[in-house]
Amino acid sequence: MTERNSWFRRHRKTAVPYLLALPAVVWLVALFLIPLVVMLVKSLETCSPITGSCEMTWNWSIFNLEWSMFHNQFFTSLRYAGIATAIDLLLAFPIAYFIAFFSGRRKNFLLLMLLVPFFISFVIRTIIWQFLLSNSGIVLTVLRDLHMVGADYRILGTSTAVIAGMAYNYLPFTALPLYVSLERIDRSILDAGADLYAGKVMRFVKVVLPLCIPGIFAAFLLTFIPALGDYVNQQVLGGISNTMIGTIIQNLFLVNANYPGGSALSAILMGISLLGILAYAKLVGTKSIGEYL
Amino acid sequence: MALDLHAPPTPRRQRKVRWLRAYSWALIGYLTVPIVAMVIYSFNQVEGGIPQVSFTWNGFTTKWYAEWNQIPGLTDSFWLSIRLAFAATVVATVLGTLLALALVRYTPRQLRGKGLIDQTLFMNIAAPEIVMGASLLGLFASLHFARGFLTLLLSHAVFSIAYVTVTVRARLVGFDQSIEEAASDLGAKPLAKFWLVTRPLITPGVMAGALMAFALSLDDFVASNFVSGSQLPFPVWVYGATRIGIPPQVFVFGTFIFLFGLLCAVLSVVLARKSASQVRAETT
Repeated sequence: MTERNSWFRRHRKTAVPYLLALPAVVWLVALFLIPLVVMLVKSLETCSPITGSCEMTWNWSIFNLEWSMFHNQFFTSLRYAGIATAIDLLLAFPIAYFIAFFSGRRKNFLLLMLLVPFFISFVIRTIIWQFLLSNSGIVLTVLRDLHMVGADYRILGTSTAVIAGMAYNYLPFTALPLYVSLERIDRSILDAGADLYAGKVMRFVKVVLPLCIPGIFAAFLLTFIPALGDYVNQQVLGGISNTMIGTIIQNLFLVNANYPGGSALSAILMGISLLGILAYAKLVGTKSIGEYL
Repeated sequence: MALDLHAPPTPRRQRKVRWLRAYSWALIGYLTVPIVAMVIYSFNQVEGGIPQVSFTWNGFTTKWYAEWNQIPGLTDSFWLSIRLAFAATVVATVLGTLLALALVRYTPRQLRGKGLIDQTLFMNIAAPEIVMGASLLGLFASLHFARGFLTLLLSHAVFSIAYVTVTVRARLVGFDQSIEEAASDLGAKPLAKFWLVTRPLITPGVMAGALMAFALSLDDFVASNFVSGSQLPFPVWVYGATRIGIPPQVFVFGTFIFLFGLLCAVLSVVLARKSASQVRAETT
């Protein structure tokens, strides 16, 4: 007993950081890392469609099978997520620029307004867009009255609606990292540029843009990857012709109870996302992400 | 591109800023469209047998506010979400803050595996939520773990921990550790030192992390949809209702949540301003 006490006393100082980290690390390993491994293992099992019992068969060909069945949905997801992210970057940059450089006293208020979409549930705001974009909804009614579109023009059910919904829902994720990186630029560097006879355009291209590249990366990561796995926008606003991979994964798990197939597709999606995640980690570093949230 | 903050406001520069300002307000207007629509249509009368929201205006009514709890499944799901968000926030805030302290204050030599923890946190934040939800469902299924409140709590806490940790850490980086050493030199015991010196310093970061965890949990749909079983949190219930028609009470609850979020945001801005002016008062 006394021996143990003295052992504790001697190691107490060195043990503190481990004890602080332990609970969270256990939680993350048990409920984030292990599930990913389980997912990979599960995808190699074969399940009986009658009894539902599964057995390990090391069925690597499932990846081939699932890819050949659903690669189009992967490409659709990549395309829609890419377009939505590009739209968001273009929409968000000017407002991030304005808030960072010109908003003055209103800065906090404007940042709060930027977060406004988060104040109502993701599902509810998507449903409301469904109503607004429907054939009798306000958007099409106004456009029709102005004779800007024909009587049979539809938005709901098209890829336009899905991309518009994603662009709306993820815009704050794009705007905040851009704002943080612009805000951080030291104004005296810009003055130095001016002293060295750099024009406004030159200063923007040679000073502002390079300095906010980490922010652009963070914005891309925090917008593109959630959009890639999205299925709510697609299911509420889209139709059968523009199915995304998230919808397929959700259906395999929750409708068809096809766990191996769903796990294989999830693993492929995780693999694609990892490419982006690793590129970011390599180029910007993993620690910085906290500053952009 | 007008960056000369000290330059005299030329008409051309002013015009540019005016365009930027107009654009920014227009974008903010666009962002608020669904909220305005939700609040307005929570007062809309409904025609027909089973009340369902529709976006044709039938006249003003406060009926849905008076009958806010008349849809048992919806009310239950709302309270489930609130309980869940509180529980997940407590777990994630405690665990995430402890981890953030360990990461900020100890070198990789004192805490081996720090790099790996960093990478795991980052991956957890960046990974698509659908993959996490699906993999958790796979785990619970292979352990024959019944889906319900506990699986929801375990899942919500895991994605909130990473957010809390990085938020708290980002605000701890500038934290002056010599203040703590001063406390020890003055004879403070470790617990007293933590409570009297460390806690007040980290509180703003912890509050920000906790708010984020609460918001993430309350609004989570994707992962919840996978791990909820028969216990449906609010977003999952609403999503399920889209197939049969949404009762108008959904917008009433949505408006409540919006007002609650607004209150929290305003409070946090006010508190931040107050503590900032306090710091100014103490340093002058």
